[in-house]
Amino acid sequence: MTYLLVLLGCLLGTLPLELVLHVGVYRQWRRLLLTLAPVAVAFVTWDVLAVRAHHWRFDAHQVLPPRVLDLPLEELGFFVVIPLCAVLAFEAVRRSRP
Amino acid sequence: MTYTAAALLAVGVTLVLDLVLLRARVLAQQAFWIAYAIILLFQLVTNGVLTGRDVVTYDPSAILGLRVVFAPVEDLLFGFALVVQTLSWWTFWGRRSGADRPDVGR
Repeated sequence: MTYLLVLLGCLLGTLPLELVLHVGVYRQWRRLLLTLAPVAVAFVTWDVLAVRAHHWRFDAHQVLPPRVLDLPLEELGFFVVIPLCAVLAFEAVRRSRP
Repeated sequence: MTYTAAALLAVGVTLVLDLVLLRARVLAQQAFWIAYAIILLFQLVTNGVLTGRDVVTYDPSAILGLRVVFAPVEDLLFGFALVVQTLSWWTFWGRRSGADRPDVGR
């Protein structure tokens, strides 16, 4: 569960940027999907190749049991959550500057 | 290929994507570097949890062995590539849809 909790923490931690600062990132869901898709394709590919090459591995006791392309679900979620948080942070900085 | 080599390659690909292919020029924006500094701080915390608690473990022969808050230094390059590519695409699609004006150099 550790990995899942970290991802949830990232989502909850950045939520005020949308709800309080009104950065409007979730509202631009189409632009967000177009952004997440190519990034996810590139980095999931890297991840799959890295796991096959034994560059890194995941502790089965700390992630959910299902695997997609040898990756835990949380690892796939990572490539949605982290880019989303990055966009939220970027827009928050841009909006707070004149 | 080691993780070290793959991470360096990824940074190279990222520079080409941002500056040449998408011409988003995120790397030339001051707002990016401020945002990246904030993101990096939180990466050290979250990735520190994942690597410090051994959720993810690394083959010692695939990395240099230099670690920053439990994580291999290569993870910093991985994170940099992930964040820059994301913001390059975000900027690219924003300009195409007219949601964003080009603000090169900011």
